[in-house]
Amino acid sequence: MGARVNTAAAGTANWVDERTSIGGFVKFFARKLFPDHWSFMLGEIALYSFVVLLLSGVFLTAFFVPSMTIVEYDGPLATMQGVEMSEAFASTLHMSFEVPGGLLMRQIHHWSALLFTAAIVTHMARVFFTGAFRKPRELNWLVGFTLMILSLAAGFSGYSLPDDVLSGNGLRIIEGVTRSIPIVGEYISYWIFGGEFPGEILIPRLFTMHVLLVPGLILVLVALHLFLVFLHKHTQYPGGGRKDTNVVGLPLFPVYTAKAGGFFFVVFGIIALVAAIFTINPVWNYGPYDPSPVSAGTQPDWYILFVDGALRLMPGWLFDIIPMEWEFWGYTLSLNILIPALILPGLFFGFLALYPWIEAWATGDRGEKHVLDRPRNAPVRTGIGVALISFYVILVMEGSNDIIANLFHLSLNDLTYFFRIGIFVIPALAFWITRRLAIGLQRKDRELVLHGKETGRIVRHEHGEYQEVHEPLTDQERWILVSYDDIAPLEIEPEYNDRGVRRKGYRWDHFKQRLSRIYFEKRISPVTPEELAEAQHAHH
Amino acid sequence: MNALARHRYHRAAPVVLVLLLLALITGIAAAVSTASSADAATATTAEDAAEGQKLFAANCASCHGLDATGTDGVAPSLVGVGAAAVDFQVGTGRMPMQSSGPQAIAKRAQFSEEEISQLAAYVASLGAGPAIPTAEQVDPELGDAANGMELFRTNCAMCHGSVGGGGALTQGKYAPNLWETTPTHIYEAMLTGPQSMPVFNDANITPEGKRDIIAYLKAQDEGSPGGLRLGTIGPVAEGMWGWLVALGLIIASTVWIGARSS
Repeated sequence: MGARVNTAAAGTANWVDERTSIGGFVKFFARKLFPDHWSFMLGEIALYSFVVLLLSGVFLTAFFVPSMTIVEYDGPLATMQGVEMSEAFASTLHMSFEVPGGLLMRQIHHWSALLFTAAIVTHMARVFFTGAFRKPRELNWLVGFTLMILSLAAGFSGYSLPDDVLSGNGLRIIEGVTRSIPIVGEYISYWIFGGEFPGEILIPRLFTMHVLLVPGLILVLVALHLFLVFLHKHTQYPGGGRKDTNVVGLPLFPVYTAKAGGFFFVVFGIIALVAAIFTINPVWNYGPYDPSPVSAGTQPDWYILFVDGALRLMPGWLFDIIPMEWEFWGYTLSLNILIPALILPGLFFGFLALYPWIEAWATGDRGEKHVLDRPRNAPVRTGIGVALISFYVILVMEGSNDIIANLFHLSLNDLTYFFRIGIFVIPALAFWITRRLAIGLQRKDRELVLHGKETGRIVRHEHGEYQEVHEPLTDQERWILVSYDDIAPLEIEPEYNDRGVRRKGYRWDHFKQRLSRIYFEKRISPVTPEELAEAQHAHH
Repeated sequence: MNALARHRYHRAAPVVLVLLLLALITGIAAAVSTASSADAATATTAEDAAEGQKLFAANCASCHGLDATGTDGVAPSLVGVGAAAVDFQVGTGRMPMQSSGPQAIAKRAQFSEEEISQLAAYVASLGAGPAIPTAEQVDPELGDAANGMELFRTNCAMCHGSVGGGGALTQGKYAPNLWETTPTHIYEAMLTGPQSMPVFNDANITPEGKRDIIAYLKAQDEGSPGGLRLGTIGPVAEGMWGWLVALGLIIASTVWIGARSS
């Protein structure tokens, strides 16, 4: 039996190969090496939740009607009986309550959207903290960054489709934000909504964006992202024998294909489990969109919450003296919307996108990096990452301020004042504490390498001296602790040459030098072989 | 008579007798209780008011004053607030107030039904005000939940949330969750506007409209068709569960899958 199956498989494979020459590709892919670590699967979570999004999305498009035509509801839901609503909302209710399995599919789709964005952010954090964005992967960092932005667009356009009160309020905020752009804002808003808000064409437009444009772009960029991963080869954590010139790991086939294939079903299974147990986006609670009602607890999905938080955080007047809304020649400049909703996210995302270059200027290192950093060995980068996360989390918490105030019996106003100060103080503190922790851990590593592990065994020598026995590290352990780059702050040529002529390009060099000092002024160098030999000599 | 005598020793006779007895007791109890609730709603005697005045002097007067005209900066005058306000404030345990703070907290009622109706009778006797609604006025069965939904979301949802789960107000005040509140108390709150809540008189929302709102709120008792509702807090709770439960479980499984790693 086994032999017959094998012959059949070989025959089929041969038949295909003779007509496509695919054997070479299969061999290339199957034997491609990948290093092993759980954190390398975070991006996979994003990919698999995207696949689940596509599968469940196809189901939903079969029943969703992207139309703003008003109909009267006639269905099983008592609280909506006879209520006027758009066809988009009515079809969402229809697929939730009358299509078998429809509600489960909607919940699977929405939960996987939340998971998709969360997995992207987690994956991005892993890449950031381990320095995987360094040369040659800067371009792939940008591709991934664009994918993150697209996931927000996909999420927001989908969240708005059911045309319920909650998402309508979100669109109203988007309209306000668009209008805050000086001079052209109003035109752009009219262009998006086809006239005054909400108009009658927005849902069909969002539908095209949500099911065609954004997922299409995501697919193309995912392909590019993965192609670049194959091209660059995967990064690896430091360890014995792992260098910037090799990859230590297992071939894709059979271990990783099995693991990855199984992992898809783990992801799908957990999404289905969560979707079966927990309600998500109960549009039947919110009701069909009507511009007048806004209910308490109106928030966007988590990935847009930081913009809502920034808007809530922004004062209308600075210190009660300086107004944030100005009028010039009949045009209103709403800085109180423009700054939190557009300038702040622009700076935040701009910094993230450009980060690989900022760090490259600081290090001045042109070499390729395929071995990852342990976060402690890049204290400033790790500090910046934690500061960015704390900044983001404060915005998210301010976006949830009414929920926090209600749950913990706090004053909404006091919370906002706290976050207004916290947004400046907490990231700075987070940076400083994280950098100190990282440096402390590096010192501990040095101590371990030089003196070994404390064993707790006290020995009395012949001459009466007591000493604790230190057990030296194994070569593998030591490799991990000492193999990191020791970068000194950038030295630049002086501003004036010996004839007193100012050097061209000095200002740029000076900027890079200052950046480099921020990064590397306080640093802990890895233990050198000489230091190790000396320490060992002292012990014996 | 013979027929009855013949069946007297039938096997089923004891069971039938017990059932008849139970039906009789239930009938009497139902008659008595509807009669008493009708009493509470409509007929209160001068005797009740006199009892109520005693209770008031002992329990409420330290803040509201012996003549119930209130104390500046401490407690409002109760002249003209009506029986409905007393039934709501005392019946939900908000009064007597536990401690001064952003707002009075609902707790276990401190008085019996009878005492509350006596207090209500006393306060109602001070000046004309809204009366306690009848059982029919607050019966969710008679309301139209769909109309209630539209009324609720234009008038109530901005503070109480889209389905009455509650929400925050300024300076530590809040709009409470409404799922455990009795229909009568919901009606009285609309009628009298306790604490930060505005008054919704019968010109704002008709008595039928109020009943529709009660019907909408009671429809929430059925739970969510989508499963556990995470407090109906909305996207914030969903996001938190997405990160903690969904991503948490999946990352735990990546650690498990990648266990044989460096």
